[in-house]
Amino acid sequence: MNTVPEARPMDVVLDAPRAAAQDAPPIVELRGVSRRFATSLDFAAKLAKRLGVKVREDVVHAVDGVNLSVRKGEVVGLVGESGCGKSTLGRMVAGIMPPTDGTVLWHGRDLKALSGAEARQAKLRTQMIFQDPYASLNPRLKVAEIVGEAPAFHGLVGRGGLDDYVDEQLRRAGLDPALKRRYPHQFSGGQRQRIGIARALAVQPDFLVCDEAVAALDVSIQAQILNLFMKLRRELDLTYLFISHDLGVVEHLSDRVVIMYLGRVVEEAPAEEVFARPNHPYTRALLAEVPRIEARKRAFAGVKGEIPSPLNPPPGCHFHPRCPHAFDRCRVERPALREIAPGHRSACHLNDAA
Amino acid sequence: MPPTLEVRNLRTHFFTRAGVVKAVDDVSFAVDRGKVLGLVGESGSGKSVTGFSILGLVDPPGRIAGGSILFQGQDLAGLSEEEMRRLRGNRIAMIFQDPMMTLNPVLRIDTQMIETVLAHAKVSREEARQRARDALGQVGIPSPEERLRAYPHQFSGGMRQRVAIAIALLHKPDLIVADEPTTALDVTIQGQILAEAQKLCAESGTALIWITHDLSVVAGLADDIAVMYAGKVVEEGPVTQVLDAPLHPYTVGLIGSVPSRNHRGEPLRQIPGMTPSLLNLPAGCAFRARCPRAEARCAEPPPMAEYRPGRFARCIHPYEEAAAA
Repeated sequence: MNTVPEARPMDVVLDAPRAAAQDAPPIVELRGVSRRFATSLDFAAKLAKRLGVKVREDVVHAVDGVNLSVRKGEVVGLVGESGCGKSTLGRMVAGIMPPTDGTVLWHGRDLKALSGAEARQAKLRTQMIFQDPYASLNPRLKVAEIVGEAPAFHGLVGRGGLDDYVDEQLRRAGLDPALKRRYPHQFSGGQRQRIGIARALAVQPDFLVCDEAVAALDVSIQAQILNLFMKLRRELDLTYLFISHDLGVVEHLSDRVVIMYLGRVVEEAPAEEVFARPNHPYTRALLAEVPRIEARKRAFAGVKGEIPSPLNPPPGCHFHPRCPHAFDRCRVERPALREIAPGHRSACHLNDAA
Repeated sequence: MPPTLEVRNLRTHFFTRAGVVKAVDDVSFAVDRGKVLGLVGESGSGKSVTGFSILGLVDPPGRIAGGSILFQGQDLAGLSEEEMRRLRGNRIAMIFQDPMMTLNPVLRIDTQMIETVLAHAKVSREEARQRARDALGQVGIPSPEERLRAYPHQFSGGMRQRVAIAIALLHKPDLIVADEPTTALDVTIQGQILAEAQKLCAESGTALIWITHDLSVVAGLADDIAVMYAGKVVEEGPVTQVLDAPLHPYTVGLIGSVPSRNHRGEPLRQIPGMTPSLLNLPAGCAFRARCPRAEARCAEPPPMAEYRPGRFARCIHPYEEAAAA
């Protein structure tokens, strides 16, 4: 399970944006951000509580004390399995969900302290692309309305120029503008995802949060959309937070990879570093289990155990019940995310022992 | 000895008001004892309908319009519903993508499993219970005795899929058809399930058909691959040969579409356009509208041809070994 894939030289294509990204200021920075969801009590439970019965309120720690920054021009891949809080984190980065604790800085300024006009700017310049192209488009609006509504409302384009503007957005997303009088149900999954992309780009964002944006698509269509994301990155100088459970996709696109487990970041490093020298036992297990097209007739092993419920996460390091290297300290103390190599951070007690 | 399953020229058509949908159109393949066949294709390629046809689970307006499904030499397509029922769940089992297709949400696991045992075997209730317990243990469910008394909703997604697999294993079938059983699962859980599948084939000689859209999964699991496109098998052969030296342009495109470290940062080799509607397929090769090698001759339906021993492709101008690498 420790078969570490060999390192590959950095691709030429990625060199330029990366050099720019390294000293670029962060677009978004999260400091100690947490998000908790509490189950709301129903009427009977509230009544019982009033009468003095001990009613337990379930609290889910979806995101638990995360620090994360996304610098201008880079593509950050956020990886994790279901329930690890990656979508919740993405929503907080996009500014559409406030954190319970901690601060979200947008271009160095607290998102909560922004004035009305600035807050609107911040929201416009960060756009989100969702997983389900069937649920994220209003079925009663024509494509032209879906794409044109926001730029018209925010005054990015005059009424006279709107038609041409919408055409340009659709063309850029790889859709024929002749189809703009149609409704979403008349399109295939891949085309709908292109509509979602055109809608996001129509308000001229510089930062896209893509939440499992290709997960629902067939492989051949997924490749088309991934290529589109990379083309748009070059043309529009976009920054991405790319959330996915698919390590292959993340490896292909990202400059930097952040790995989450049960609400916490367990490892963070440049993409080639993570795949060449994974440090955290969870990352190693994850990489070992990814089916690869190059690996033939291999023996699958499987990480033992289940992903624990975020309602009742294990104490100490969240991964310790499944970790082959766990020792006493892991069961009581939460490991801090520490730098183990330049730009490579990992949250594991084993790094202290060495 | 004949192969465990041999499908010959299978046609499953759906006679809808809008026209005849040829979901499966002239599909042939074979699986031997203890072997794994990966049936690969994108949505609408007919891979699931092929699986349903083998189990006799095609509902009207669909029906098997031709061909034969030879299971240990016996043609399943000609069996009566009663005869089919005796085989299904007994000698042939199916695992679905959604385990709740197998499980009844209002019955306890033990009720469902004991019922399955008693449907095909004349044993006592206690012995049936013992078999159920063993099957749960076999797929790696901890404390099976306790879990037998649980309801499906008390299990996580991965555990439910294990229960569904345990039910499929109850009668030690000779053939299992698994339709995207790990697609909805997380990577670390998928690894566990794939490990169970491998162990099963190696230990009990069960033949396995693994239906999936994920080439990377079959790369690690299967012995042979059949690639489906628009209701037809377009390429077939041993896993290594198909993936390393694909013949059909669609297989080449599909492999190129997989984000893999070989192309890091570079554009993926994508297939232009999208899957055609099965309602009005163009005559000739269904892939020719998206194919970089299409020519006038492709308007004639290409026959399945054996280009190298055991390597079949439905294409008149397949890639040579070097071109695809």
